Amino acid sequence: MADKNGFFDLSKTTLSRRTALKGMAAGAGLALAPGFVRYSQAQSSAPIKIGFQLHRTGIGAAYGRWYERTSAAAVKAINDAGGIGGRKVELVIEDDGTDPARGAEVVGKFAKQHKTDIVFGTLFSHVVIGSAPAAGENKIPYFVVSEGHHVASTKLNRYVFQPGITDVKSQIKSMAPWIAANAGKKVTQIFPDFAFGYDHRDYLPPALKAQGADVIAQIAIPPTESSFTKYFPQIPAETEVIYHVMVGPAVLTFVKELGEFYGSQRPQLFGFMDSLEAVDINSPGLEFLDGSHFWEGSPRYAQPDDSAAQKAYRAAVGIDDNGAAVGDPKDVSTASHMFGCWETLYVVKKAMEDAGYKGPEDRAKLVEATEKLKEFAEGPEHPQGPKIFNGKIHQCFGIQNISKVEGGKLKVVHKTKIEDGLYEPEGDYTTQAL
Amino acid sequence: MHFGPHLLLAALEGLVTSAVLALTALGLSLVFGVMRIVNVAHGEFFMLGAVLAWAISTAISGHPAIGFVAALVIAPLMVGLVAFFAEWLVLRRLNYNPESTIVATIGMLYIIQQLALTFYGPEARPVEPPFSYRILLPWFGYSGYKLSVVAASAILLVLTWLVLTRTRIGLIMRATQYDRETAQAFGIPVERVYAGVFAIGAMLAAIAAVLIVPISQAHYLMGQDPLLLSFIVVIIGGLGSLRGTVVAAILIGLSDGIISMFFSPTLAKIIATLVVAMVLVFRPQGLFGTTQR
Repeated sequence: MADKNGFFDLSKTTLSRRTALKGMAAGAGLALAPGFVRYSQAQSSAPIKIGFQLHRTGIGAAYGRWYERTSAAAVKAINDAGGIGGRKVELVIEDDGTDPARGAEVVGKFAKQHKTDIVFGTLFSHVVIGSAPAAGENKIPYFVVSEGHHVASTKLNRYVFQPGITDVKSQIKSMAPWIAANAGKKVTQIFPDFAFGYDHRDYLPPALKAQGADVIAQIAIPPTESSFTKYFPQIPAETEVIYHVMVGPAVLTFVKELGEFYGSQRPQLFGFMDSLEAVDINSPGLEFLDGSHFWEGSPRYAQPDDSAAQKAYRAAVGIDDNGAAVGDPKDVSTASHMFGCWETLYVVKKAMEDAGYKGPEDRAKLVEATEKLKEFAEGPEHPQGPKIFNGKIHQCFGIQNISKVEGGKLKVVHKTKIEDGLYEPEGDYTTQAL
Repeated sequence: MHFGPHLLLAALEGLVTSAVLALTALGLSLVFGVMRIVNVAHGEFFMLGAVLAWAISTAISGHPAIGFVAALVIAPLMVGLVAFFAEWLVLRRLNYNPESTIVATIGMLYIIQQLALTFYGPEARPVEPPFSYRILLPWFGYSGYKLSVVAASAILLVLTWLVLTRTRIGLIMRATQYDRETAQAFGIPVERVYAGVFAIGAMLAAIAAVLIVPISQAHYLMGQDPLLLSFIVVIIGGLGSLRGTVVAAILIGLSDGIISMFFSPTLAKIIATLVVAMVLVFRPQGLFGTTQR
């Protein structure tokens, strides 16, 4: 492959100084053009602008679509009831491509260009971790719906909150007793090889140990992997339970290949719904999951004992009894996570009203008001269930569901209590300067 | 699991990877060999094949095999048509200039990818395999469909080889590859050959995708890995060399399967990339490539 055609010969394509100057001038002109930046300070009657950092593209896109629908439904409900402190709420959406570097840029863009009041809505843990410093630098409150333990670990900063969904460490702690008692004592863990997976890697073994069970093998799989059979020989033969939590588009392949590998002679399976969010449980190849158990944040399938609030929430978001979009049974929701968007927006509403929030100059007051929140009662604003909030670690704690795959549906067989998932705080954000 | 069965599983997995990779890389290699175009959008033709396979197989009811066979015929044809159109609309107008076509195909990559996101959606969707036979070995089960992919790929590779070496079309393609201007002087419609080759290259990727989609689902970002691996294979094997492409695909596929099973997938990627670097340094034309004139 000699460079006959001068592919890499830069001298052939030198930019003349004039061209470069022209380009720069055009860029500067664009930046000064009206409508590009100049947003005036929020007036008292102007809408509250919520910057929505959305995974519209990239590996989080399936989640992103449902985060968008749920948030839009919540904003509509809030606005129909009079908005926040009498002001309408408006979502300003920027796509972060499920990419940490772009995530940080998006947060900066919200703070400096859109001048939104807060930033909200991020799911993927690596994006949250990548974006959090930008939120701290810009001193803009950043409400994530991510489930990872990074917020509660107090390793981020005072501007980052997770008030709408329980973190992984707490989820694991509350479910470990059930796993040890009902599924088996020898557990092999399969998890994605990045931040979110590490929460599972680090917190499951001690949680199971406390229940007299053991993690006998831990298998990390790169998040971009598309074929899994090659990892299965690492699963020890004496494994009683395979604990799987996977993310990304290849999860279906993962389950199918596990099925091909084991056939009917499989160990017990306990999975996190993350493995199958936005995937129809009746997809070909998933028969293998029949009889296995899953963690669910909020049940995908309507349950007989659903509260009125849960029913109203499902109707508002537009999902049917099977957890798919009304009118399109193939468009399956990410029910275990997206409720967090709805609940977080109501937490923002409560905190803003408590703080007497007027505009970006009150952001510090908003942070302090959020930190003062203690509990959220179950109801239309919190349809997933009651929660308590720890202002020191900026994290809420709620109930978790364990569901069994039965007849092509997920049936809740166990609900944990809030106390099951509480742990000692690892730090205190409130000691940090604002 | 003992070493023997473990190695067998690794080799089986590697073979499936090789089979799909060989077809995909062959398309890339053909396009470069004949047209001297580095087609960065090649992975997106792969993705398009998978997405169309999903659309076709869900549109056709009845036994999954009917939908699958229909997809195997129709999806590559449609992808070929798209490629043919793209060649006419973009590449021809750039006079196949190497630098411009790289940028143009990067543009095509994004356009196809975002169109798929818009019209197909962000989720991974499964296609039912034409048959689901599970081969039961004493140590583990293995998908019978996966083995049939290897067989299908081998047949297609032999067919492509026959077309290239035994038919008039193949002769014309080889002539164009050998010397474009002389071929033109002998009355070969070079532009039409180019359009055809670009379409065939995309179709090979699409066929590979239809074969793999019952194993790994259709997703709008699925074109990235095959593109990268195809480049690796093509560089190692030698651009434009069919034999080199097949040998390199088997080499990369098997080593990926075996190394990632016994050590780690990251190490497999590191070694593949290292091999590419070594080949570029010590044998820039690739293992089976001929030096450019």
